[in-house]
Amino acid sequence: MKIEDFIAALEEEFDDIEQGTLKAGSDFRESLEWNSINALLFIALCDAEYDVMMSADDIDKAVTIQDLFDTIETKMKG
Amino acid sequence: MAIFSIPNVKITGMAGAVPKVEINNWDYEWISKEERELFIKQTGIEKRRVVDGIRSTTTSDLCIMAAEKLLTELDWDRSEVDCLVFVSQSRDYIVPQTSTIMQHKLGLPKTCMSFDISLGCSAYVYGLSTIASHISHGQFKKALLMVGDLSSLSTCYKDKSSYPLFGDAATVTCLEYDPEAPPMHFNLQSDGAGWEAIHIPDGGLRNYYDIATSFEIKEISEGIHRNKFHVNLDGIKIFNFSLIEVPKNIKNLLKHVEVEMEDIDYTILHQANKMINEVIRKKMKIEPEKLPYSIHKYGNTSCASIPLTMVSEMQEALKNKKLNLLLSGFGVGLSWGSVYLQTENVHVSDIIVEEGE
Repeated sequence: MKIEDFIAALEEEFDDIEQGTLKAGSDFRESLEWNSINALLFIALCDAEYDVMMSADDIDKAVTIQDLFDTIETKMKG
Repeated sequence: MAIFSIPNVKITGMAGAVPKVEINNWDYEWISKEERELFIKQTGIEKRRVVDGIRSTTTSDLCIMAAEKLLTELDWDRSEVDCLVFVSQSRDYIVPQTSTIMQHKLGLPKTCMSFDISLGCSAYVYGLSTIASHISHGQFKKALLMVGDLSSLSTCYKDKSSYPLFGDAATVTCLEYDPEAPPMHFNLQSDGAGWEAIHIPDGGLRNYYDIATSFEIKEISEGIHRNKFHVNLDGIKIFNFSLIEVPKNIKNLLKHVEVEMEDIDYTILHQANKMINEVIRKKMKIEPEKLPYSIHKYGNTSCASIPLTMVSEMQEALKNKKLNLLLSGFGVGLSWGSVYLQTENVHVSDIIVEEGE
């Protein structure tokens, strides 16, 4: 899995993001206008695309898009 | 493993009742217009029916309205009803149980057995398994399954994580002994490790009440204020649980009975929120037209959501067709379960809207 594909998937899922503005180092809470509904959308996306279940803890520990990507990758290998 | 089959039981009729007050989530001014739009789009909950404040209609009142209509339309002799089961988390009194009050109000005979079961989202599937087990032996001829809940009073207006979700509703299902009826197949599960994911802290006997702390509405986080008699929901935990357990439960059941997903005419899921159900639908490869929703009209109606969806969205199909159905309830407890069953010519009453000034 490549981070570019992950970013493209996020851009497609979250309507309000302008194409090309999302970076690996971006704070996901700011960039994705994080709220409880968007958290569920994100979990659903990870489940559907990567067959990975992200918990509240996994999300709480992450700051950047890269952090989320790394957690998903670790879980995919596990 | 609680996978089992119950023969000889037929669903004869169904009815549902909702309160007269309709709330529109577009008017929920505690959150911004943008938040309302996102909420309605993603949860699917636009309108819901709620009782008019405390000391108003109860779940049992709505159940009785539905039962009066259905018993009349089916022309059932009330003296022949042998069993009444009430599945709910909103009882009339702490003591006594509600089912006996209903038995009396409906004019059912003293020879009728009645009892309560306390369950929420999984109520209909569990309730069906309990009442069907009793009927299956052949000594009982007719039985009433009353399933409903009144969740609106347990939410705080200033709690955006629960207030806009819930609606109040109640249903009744009439069942009969029928040696020709195909068996119902169940897969029931539970996991109390997750009990805190949906809970009301005070009012039960673990924490009865504290005059100093129970009633005080506190800010928990941004947009979430509540007291200790209000429901506390952990959305992400429930979401994780539902996506992991529900597809597994359904797959195991279908494998056991050797039925393929494409043989199911309709799958009726607990109407928790549209996001959860859409992920499950896609995972299970169910076509959109085979998965009905009532959540846009009535919200998450807890116990009632499965039978209410059948009554409000499937009246014609249930009446006129022979159907292979899969029902699945999941949530509070945590408790979840599915049933695969076949129906034919079920009498379904029109939805009853409570009358009043």
